[in-house]
Amino acid sequence: MSENYALKLYVAGQTPKALRAFSNLRKICEEHLEGRYSIEVIDLIENPQLGRGDQILALPTLVRKLPTPIKKIIGDLSNTERVLVGLDLRPRRAS
Amino acid sequence: MVSQKIARAELRKAPTGIPGLDDITNGGLPQGRPTLVSGGPGSGKTLLGISFLVNGAEQYSEPGVLLTFEESADELAQDVRSLGYDLDSLVSQKKLIVDYILVDRSEIEETGEYDLEGLFVRLDHAISQIGAKRVMLDTIETLFGGLKDTGILRAELRRLFRWMRDRGVTAVITAERGEQLFTRQGLEEYITDAVIALDHRVHEQISTRRIRIVKYRGSTHGTNEYPFLISRDGINVLPVTSLLLEHEAPQERISSGLPALDGMLGGKGYYRASTVLLSGTAGTGKTTLAAHFVHAACSRGERCLYFLFEESPQQFLRNMYSAGIDLTRFVEKGLLTLQADRPNRHGLETHLLEMHHAVEVHDPDVVVIDPITNLMAAGTQSDVRAMLTRVIDYLKTRGVTALFTSLTTPSRHLEATEAMISSLMDSWVLVAFTEENRQRHRSLYVLKSRGMPHSNEVRTFEIGERGVQIHAGAARAPKKARKRR
Repeated sequence: MSENYALKLYVAGQTPKALRAFSNLRKICEEHLEGRYSIEVIDLIENPQLGRGDQILALPTLVRKLPTPIKKIIGDLSNTERVLVGLDLRPRRAS
Repeated sequence: MVSQKIARAELRKAPTGIPGLDDITNGGLPQGRPTLVSGGPGSGKTLLGISFLVNGAEQYSEPGVLLTFEESADELAQDVRSLGYDLDSLVSQKKLIVDYILVDRSEIEETGEYDLEGLFVRLDHAISQIGAKRVMLDTIETLFGGLKDTGILRAELRRLFRWMRDRGVTAVITAERGEQLFTRQGLEEYITDAVIALDHRVHEQISTRRIRIVKYRGSTHGTNEYPFLISRDGINVLPVTSLLLEHEAPQERISSGLPALDGMLGGKGYYRASTVLLSGTAGTGKTTLAAHFVHAACSRGERCLYFLFEESPQQFLRNMYSAGIDLTRFVEKGLLTLQADRPNRHGLETHLLEMHHAVEVHDPDVVVIDPITNLMAAGTQSDVRAMLTRVIDYLKTRGVTALFTSLTTPSRHLEATEAMISSLMDSWVLVAFTEENRQRHRSLYVLKSRGMPHSNEVRTFEIGERGVQIHAGAARAPKKARKRR
């Protein structure tokens, strides 16, 4: 569990949803990935062409670039449990 | 919805450039508005949208954006290349942008609120980059498989369609046909401007594609189902010119190729741009009579298109040559084009579309279909009649004189056979065998010929080394000739 997490958060402008997603993400990372994560925020309004590479459709989208495989989590990240599952920090519950 | 009144007053259209489709939509798709194209798998909806984009970029100086959720950009370019569309070249000329959005549910986790702003931003960026006027979304319903929150999705799609209207782009949105609705997700609720339905049916192993304009707000449009064809040249909708019988009726007369027959037709032959039916039982000489007609036309320097549904071109040329009618030289000169096809190879519509296409390409003065009866086997009676009406109308509008041969089955009454198509024919010449002194003679008579005084005689003829020789004077007491008029 000592891998580094390279995270990208895609947003479009400083919308309430974007701000909420960012603060939720910071909190989760501080709690679970302290010292081994990086967050890059990409604003598609400034750089719309960057949406192409990661196939961005919904916003906000969190992309886990590292460790591989790539994972995507869309939404304002308000459900911490699901974010952790999405980042593979919690085992997926059999359902 | 203040703009509705204005929109109704003047609805501008974006031509699709698809042959026939612009006719049935009275000019194209509603400009600056979204149009929904729904159809099952393989119905041609993607191709229709791409044709709309490519034609827009190439012919109408309207760059386009293709946003696909379906295939990868490479696969797509390859698929349409087989139909003659070079997307790469349009992309490098900055007339087209192809963007590909993959939605893979398995790698996406959803938590909390989101929107599809990413889609909007990318679309907006692409539109601005090349000043696009046309947009295609293919197939938007894929999103419903990729995202779980259909509530958000629906609200966002509604917003997307509104946004595209505000942006003023003419959009084609493709959708899968649903069981009850035109689309699986009921998207037609959101797009109120125009809905086009495509259909691909297989009946008795013959496949037919059909297109229907379900809805077109503020515009008149054809309401029928129209057959269409996907060929090497892309989509082609069989155009209905006018079904109002308003084509010109030239006074000019053209020879049947036989002076004696011309004599029976008011002395001058058929009217130009009229339709002629040549019917008779097997072996009576219908094809030879048609060949005389073609020979005369080519000798005048006119262009002829001859559809053969029974013989190969070589066989036809040889047989006619042995009957003293040399048509080979006209083929070599490029005046005569022979097109042979097996009647059961396609459905009726496909045949008629291919004929239509050939007429466009060769631009003939005279068209012969030999025999029309074989073609009639490829569809139901009402289909045949409807389609034939369209083709005849089309030929008349172009000023083409059309001759159809028709094979009569001996067991049936000679004049009854073609009841179904005879009303579409201006002149009707009947050929038959008559028996006399234990010999069979060929005889012919003019059953009808609109707009001219025609002979009521039954004349005998023979086919020798110099083709058809019609004997002078009426046949003597023809025992088997049917009632004269």
